[in-house]
Amino acid sequence: MTDNSGSTNENGDEDIPFMQRLLDNPLLLLVIGVASPMLLYTIWGVVEVALIPLAN
Amino acid sequence: MAKDFKFRTCPETGLKVHSQADALIKANAVVAVVFLAIGGLFGLLVALTRWPAVHMLDAELFYLALTAHGADVLVFWIIFFEVAVLYFASAILLNARIVLPKIAWLGFILMLVGALMANVAVLQGESSVMFTSYVPMKAAPHFYLGLILFAVGALLAVGIFFGTILTAKKEKTYEGSLPLVTFGALTAAIIAVYTILSGAIILVPTFLWSLDLIPHIDSLTYKLIWWGFGHSSQQINVATHVSIWYATAALLLGAKPLSEKVSRGAFLLYILFLQLASAHHLLVEPGVSSSWKIFNTSYALYLAVLGSLIHGLSVPGAIEAAQRKRGFNKGVFEWLRKAPWGNPAFSSMFLSLVLFGFLGGISGVTMGNEQINLIIHNTIYVPGHFHATVVAGTTLAFMGITYLVVPLIFQREIVMKGLARWQPYLFGLGAAGISLFMMGAGTIGIARRHWDITFSDAPLTVDVPGTAFMMMGLNGVFAIMATIGGAIYVVVVVASILFGAKRDEAACKANPVVTAGGGEAVASYGAEEEHPNLSGTIVLVTLLFVTFVLYYYVNWKFLSEVWPLS
Ligand code: HEM
Ligand SMILES: [Cu+2]
Repeated sequence: MTDNSGSTNENGDEDIPFMQRLLDNPLLLLVIGVASPMLLYTIWGVVEVALIPLAN
Repeated sequence: MAKDFKFRTCPETGLKVHSQADALIKANAVVAVVFLAIGGLFGLLVALTRWPAVHMLDAELFYLALTAHGADVLVFWIIFFEVAVLYFASAILLNARIVLPKIAWLGFILMLVGALMANVAVLQGESSVMFTSYVPMKAAPHFYLGLILFAVGALLAVGIFFGTILTAKKEKTYEGSLPLVTFGALTAAIIAVYTILSGAIILVPTFLWSLDLIPHIDSLTYKLIWWGFGHSSQQINVATHVSIWYATAALLLGAKPLSEKVSRGAFLLYILFLQLASAHHLLVEPGVSSSWKIFNTSYALYLAVLGSLIHGLSVPGAIEAAQRKRGFNKGVFEWLRKAPWGNPAFSSMFLSLVLFGFLGGISGVTMGNEQINLIIHNTIYVPGHFHATVVAGTTLAFMGITYLVVPLIFQREIVMKGLARWQPYLFGLGAAGISLFMMGAGTIGIARRHWDITFSDAPLTVDVPGTAFMMMGLNGVFAIMATIGGAIYVVVVVASILFGAKRDEAACKANPVVTAGGGEAVASYGAEEEHPNLSGTIVLVTLLFVTFVLYYYVNWKFLSEVWPLS
């Protein structure tokens, strides 16, 4: 863990911890929040349904 | 920026209120309440039909009423209200303007037209497919079209929310990070995008199929994608009502979150995992693997539940901290005893928190387990569970915040204060009763969505235990109580908006509804600084855990008896 007690990096920005930068980025959260269920629930699920063999 | 935007300053919170935000919140909230009134009445009809001694509607009307009930309350009441919350949490809490108000109004009109269209379709009688509208049951095309228009409108509203918070940042109407309530609304908005996308993916083809333009929709694929919509929309509700809990605690008591980091982390768990639990609706489907089911409903769900447990600790914790600061410091529970129980905004919020956790939360986690789910799948236990979450939890929380929206946004005094004071208790007790008795009846095998629990026209006779009749009767009694509580809410709100005394600045000063510092607490980022004594909250949370463990254990024991394996 980096020390983030007000230290400054080369850009002159305060060193903001990674998690806080993530939480302060609504669009990134949006992408993650849509991609995660799309992959793990929808796509994985649809692939399983599509692979069910057809009865003759 | 040449354009001028009309703002007023709220005399109680000091927040700047954009006139368009004011108007949009009012419109969406009023329409929401109208749909609650219609849908609630259908709920009463359904409950009276399921009360065997009353058995009010015939079978056809029962399914019509059940469809109308589900759609009007679960979809239209809740989502119209949520749109109002999104505008509140973005424009008002950030002191910002609503971007593109014309688009926001277009969204409102699409939602309204869609909701009316779906209602007409249901009332015409050709669309009694229930709100899940599983294929191959086919509704009239304008039923699906109504839902699609409604969803497009809601998506526009969510877009306006994102636009508003991003513009607020650019125009520097707030400093640093989003206030927690806005962050919670952001969580709801993110879940809403996935929800609406899932709805579109499945309802557009189903609409075309109802027009005979597509020959066939696979029923399992339908269920899978539909629940991405149906389940996730419940998670919009959770994120929204949790935000309302925080907002109410801040406005009424000046409560700040115990830790921004922890509470925001809990919302992040929602964003990442809550939607995956959609899979619990397919736990008995043979076509999908156990890996898919267990990953989504267990591993992922438990992380999302962790988020809820964190909120379940930090909301009462924030209230306890704020109350102790105000001097209610004696013993373990003085802070709770001396809370403003006579204020319906507070009592609704706290009842919502407790009932959601104890009834909805515990039953949900238990039944979401692949094995235990077998005991209660498709029984009336399921509506029992979700009346605890979506009625006692979400609806009660929304009712509570309305008692603040009327004075602050509509700028009217609440009328019939005596009735309003009792309303949350009546509605909360009624909702708790219907939840418990439906769960009870489900545990002994009563099916959900069934017109006749005796199966009187079936070739084989079915032995229905007497307790089941009793439970369904008690369900009816508590349904009447919930309906009275709901009706009082509707009457008080409508009467206050129409006839309540105008609240000008003097009235706000003389009779404030927000505590001093409440506006600051709700609209800023930052946590409680002192480390308070939280003994009361710890006792409450321990009680929740013990109840949960016992209930979970009892269900495994029950499962072993239902299915003796040797
Ligand atoms: C006066 C209050 C209410 C009463 C008495 C009531 C009663 C009932 C009853 C008896 C059922 C039927 C269960 C079955 O036969 O399977 C039902 C279903 C349902 N209720 Fe309620 N309810 C009320 C309020 C609400 C509210 C406020 C919501 C949503 C926010 C809600 C959402 C639902 C949903 C989604 C269903 C399932 C419909 C279906 O299976 O298609 N209810 N309700
Ligand atoms: Cu669900």
